[in-house]
Amino acid sequence: MIETAWRKWIFFYIPLTLFLIGILFPFYWMLITAIRPDSELYRAWRAVNNQPFWTLRPTFAHVEDLLAKTLFPRWLWNTFFIALVSTIISLFCGLLAGYALARLRFPMAGSLGTSIFVTYLVPPTLLFIPLANIIRDFQVGDTPWALILTYPTFLIPFCTWLLMGYFRTIPRELEECARIDGATRVGAMLRIIFPLAIPGILSAGIFAFTLSWNEFLYALVFLSSPERKTVSIGVVSELIRGDIYFWGQLMAGALLGSVPIACIYSFFVEYYVSGLVGSVKG
Amino acid sequence: MNHQLAGDVRSVTDVTALPHPRASHPPARVPLFENERVLAAVLLAPAILLLLVFIAYPFLMGIWLALSNTSVGNPGQFIGLANFVKAWRDSIFRTALANTFIYTAWATLLKLALGMWLAILLNRPFRAHRIVRAAVLLPFIVPTVLSTFAWKWMFDPTFSVLNWLLFHAGFIQDKLPFLSNGTYAMGCAIAVNTWRGMPFYAISFLAGLQTINPDLHEAAALDGANGRQRFWYVTWPLLMPVTVVVVVFSIIQTFADFQLVYVLTGGGPANATQILATYAYQVGVAAGQLGQGAAISLCMFPVLFVVVWIQLRYVRHLEGA
Repeated sequence: MIETAWRKWIFFYIPLTLFLIGILFPFYWMLITAIRPDSELYRAWRAVNNQPFWTLRPTFAHVEDLLAKTLFPRWLWNTFFIALVSTIISLFCGLLAGYALARLRFPMAGSLGTSIFVTYLVPPTLLFIPLANIIRDFQVGDTPWALILTYPTFLIPFCTWLLMGYFRTIPRELEECARIDGATRVGAMLRIIFPLAIPGILSAGIFAFTLSWNEFLYALVFLSSPERKTVSIGVVSELIRGDIYFWGQLMAGALLGSVPIACIYSFFVEYYVSGLVGSVKG
Repeated sequence: MNHQLAGDVRSVTDVTALPHPRASHPPARVPLFENERVLAAVLLAPAILLLLVFIAYPFLMGIWLALSNTSVGNPGQFIGLANFVKAWRDSIFRTALANTFIYTAWATLLKLALGMWLAILLNRPFRAHRIVRAAVLLPFIVPTVLSTFAWKWMFDPTFSVLNWLLFHAGFIQDKLPFLSNGTYAMGCAIAVNTWRGMPFYAISFLAGLQTINPDLHEAAALDGANGRQRFWYVTWPLLMPVTVVVVVFSIIQTFADFQLVYVLTGGGPANATQILATYAYQVGVAAGQLGQGAAISLCMFPVLFVVVWIQLRYVRHLEGA
């Protein structure tokens, strides 16, 4: 079929461009707000000299304020540390459990798989109040461990599910060959199957890392000291004083809190996408 | 196979070892992990332990809290269903319940429609499609709280850039009350949720579209089907399995959403955007009434349960077919 040029414009280029503008505009707006001086920022929307889409006097004052006068660098480090450790714990548990569910025969394997899938669908908002009690009983409230121990509740089911699917794509014969050549069951698992599953492990890891970077409710409820907070809750609770929003700093914080995760994502887009697609495979 | 062999070997050694009572114990290195049941138990133990302690136990504790009058500093006593009765008589709770359904329904429909459209656009070959696809996923990657702040700033009553745009495009005469009018505020929350969740739909659908054999479309076109008919009779049915799973995930996430509404409106103005999770937080954490708060958040459970149940039924149905 030959598509005429104007049809291609109407049905393809224009809608796609509009989608892209809609999707990316808030990020542009974060950037332009972060580098705009306050005098231009707080200019009423109908002011005659208002030019909202660019600035001729870009400034790094907001970024400098954010880095020097707030605990933002500390929050960034906390977020990174918590996301990394909880991802490692979840990958470890998910890798072992995923292998067992995909490869081993044991009673209740089917129902165990189903129940892990069901816990995967339990949202944090359902359990945050009792969990806060448990965190207090374990005496880890207001420490990074409160989050490092609770984030795996939504990461492990996800990692297990994803890796289980991945292990099923690896032919059983490879393992059987290794066993015939004298490898033990554990040896074959560790030396043959796990190395082959590295792409799956990377997908699960990247996805889990972004999920924990994104988490908000548990961090909000379990952490209270300003120097222990993660980026999301630090920005919410420390950059808004009373009813006053410091928009320049807030947007600088939003930008700097997003850039690391966006960079990691951009290096591993393919893995992230296969993680995302795998996460919804039944 | 191998563990049976190992068993045979052991029985042989047992027989030969009979005259020596000390040697009647199994050989020192029993290949324990060759037994699939033992190995499975060991491999599953860390995951199950963590999930039991941090999901099953809190779930039971949540039920206990919901049936008690626990508050901060008060251990609480069993009070039966009083918390649920109180919630039902509470007009804010009923508003929150209704709002949660409205929010979920509209956001899911919009994400489904726009996500499908975007996926179909992205499925066509064009230059720079990799970078466009990567950019499309950005709202889903960036922490929700941070991007919601950008939206909140764009909806600001005095400095809104959207008002500026609409005014200069000639659509409005005066500024729109984005977050100060209840209906507008709900619309804004739904719009931001759609903006954030649509990429997930689009990329999942795109993966589904790429598995559809182009010959089917060609055959349908040869039989005289137009674009719309090819979508409804070829693409849509073949995408159904992906659609069901994506929608189920999204309904659960949206129904139990917290952070977006908490940051954008805080449930306001006058509870017009209050949803179950924000109300549970307000009662359970901010006001310290743990029992009442736990009861409110448990009210999400029946809905989530039904959705998950439908999902499991659908998966079984597919496997059976």
